[in-house]
Amino acid sequence: MNTSRRYFLKVAGLSTFAIAAGASKGNAAEYEAYPEGLKAHRWAMVIDTRRFNSPEDMKPIVDACHKAHNVPTIPGPKEIKWIWDDTFEHAFAGDPSPILPERIEKRRFFLLCNHCTNPSCVRVCPAGATYKTPGGLVAIDYHRCVGCRFCMAACPYGSRSFNFMDPRPHVKELNPEYPTRMRGVVEKCTFCAERLEKGQMPACVEASKGAIVFGDLNDPKSIVRKMLANNFSIRRKPDLGTDPGVYYII
Amino acid sequence: MVEKVLKGSPKYYLWLLFLLSIIGYAFIVYVFQLMYGLQTTGLTRNTSWGFYIAQFTYLVGVAAAAVMLVLPATFHHYHPYHRVIVFAEFLAIGAVIMCMLFIVVDMGQPQRVMNVILHPTPNSVMFWDCTVLCGYLLLNAVIGWTSLEHESRHVEVPRWIKVLVVISIFWAFSIHTVTAFLYAGLPGRHYWLSAIMAARFLASAFCAGPALLLLCLLLLKKLTGFDPSKPVIRSLSITIAYAMGLNMFFYVLELFTAFYSGIPGHAHPIHFLFGGHEGLNVWVTGWMWTAVVLAFVSIFFLAIPKYRYNLKILPWALVALVIATWIDKGLGLLIGGFAPTPYETYEVYTPSFWEVSVGLGVFAVGALVVSILWKIALEMKKESGVPFELSEGE
Repeated sequence: MNTSRRYFLKVAGLSTFAIAAGASKGNAAEYEAYPEGLKAHRWAMVIDTRRFNSPEDMKPIVDACHKAHNVPTIPGPKEIKWIWDDTFEHAFAGDPSPILPERIEKRRFFLLCNHCTNPSCVRVCPAGATYKTPGGLVAIDYHRCVGCRFCMAACPYGSRSFNFMDPRPHVKELNPEYPTRMRGVVEKCTFCAERLEKGQMPACVEASKGAIVFGDLNDPKSIVRKMLANNFSIRRKPDLGTDPGVYYII
Repeated sequence: MVEKVLKGSPKYYLWLLFLLSIIGYAFIVYVFQLMYGLQTTGLTRNTSWGFYIAQFTYLVGVAAAAVMLVLPATFHHYHPYHRVIVFAEFLAIGAVIMCMLFIVVDMGQPQRVMNVILHPTPNSVMFWDCTVLCGYLLLNAVIGWTSLEHESRHVEVPRWIKVLVVISIFWAFSIHTVTAFLYAGLPGRHYWLSAIMAARFLASAFCAGPALLLLCLLLLKKLTGFDPSKPVIRSLSITIAYAMGLNMFFYVLELFTAFYSGIPGHAHPIHFLFGGHEGLNVWVTGWMWTAVVLAFVSIFFLAIPKYRYNLKILPWALVALVIATWIDKGLGLLIGGFAPTPYETYEVYTPSFWEVSVGLGVFAVGALVVSILWKIALEMKKESGVPFELSEGE
């Protein structure tokens, strides 16, 4: 009896100490942002499509993104892609039979998540796994996603991919800097949130040698606003009211 | 009451064993799906929902259909339905359980299903769908069980049950409306983006659900001699005929908007479903036309009283109706919704063998639940002296 009481007091005392220590440690190690991190009210991307005239111009950019984020190479209709290219008719679907100048007809256009101001994917997510960050990025918590794929049905741009299988065996060169995903969750372009917070531009922007620019849409002096002020641009399916954040200079 | 499940004829046991063996097989397939992910299904990046969600959608309708008996019995004091209402409520319980299972087997990370409750997101229709389905399951279980108990003791049902019954009537409409909202609020999915979607869902549910119930009741009569009574069969078949008429009318409204306006987004999915695209999707085309033919066959025999009241013809009309609505609100709805893709391309979705296997297992679970619940209800009715056989005109 006596020993068990002593034992109880010992354990209770130790646990109290441990909890107190844990709490103070928790306070000290509170999350702090990188001081060099980039901030914006509304991140946006402008793609100068005039600069992309052949598949060779596009491949390094796709590779840069997919390598940086451990995007698996899975052939067939269960594929996963964050950024890819397609024709004008497919990218800007809506006109069933457009008559286009030859240079536009031959040109390829990058497709990626539009990081919409009114994202329908965020609206429908039943677990809060897809959400908007203060900078206007549409992000996914891979650990909260239940894999219901409602967001894929809701995205009018087909920007999202689902991990039908374990993606790890399909990642060619593993980048230890970025997490891999598991089967059964949805993923997509993040506008390189992890690079922005370290003060770097997105991987595709860096690899594009100036053909893709990135900046704060709400800042009239930003590079994206300058590009948009001087060139005619379009967006994908603006009539749906999602207010996409990717602009295409034609 | 539960002990009634255990006492039965060899045929009853054989039936349960048959269902359990299907469930066992499907469970093994599902374990493989869990291990290898949804690559076992025919789903793709562009057609991200398929067979599972199609069955879920259809079965929410079956669950909601109990209201077609509860409403006339409660608001209009239509007494004949009291004889069979508990069967409708128990069928609804089986249907809701199947709905929930179909949602779970469709998930990529089913072990995280509680995230929907732990991180409630009122902006998501899926969150509300889960809420209303759980509520509907609870309502039907409590109402069905309590009324059955009171009936067997020959006492009036308590007042609070009557309140719950009124709530359940409105709740039934809500579950299928919310299911329609899953689809009808998505920008860029033209086949679904239609204001009449919820109304169409309800009309389809109120013919398909009672049709399935009536088929099961007719089967019950054959197996056990429990006569659902002539007025019940007559009134239910009238309800089914009107609801099917409305359902078909609503589809014609969709066709008018799509083809008179000529807007490609509205017309393309329907073109694809019924005509394919450059040789693609031959099976869906046949599938959809089968639904059209069966829909017209069923409405023809249901609309004409001479055939409707003929017990030799009625079951076949009901079978045709169930298949037609199952195609329209099942795979037809899903494949149409994902065609064309966001890049105006077309692709073929065909459910895989494994997908259908898991689906069969879920149906077997539903059949098991309904069989057991109906068995209890039947035994209790027998004990409390409810006559099984009825004379003409009763």
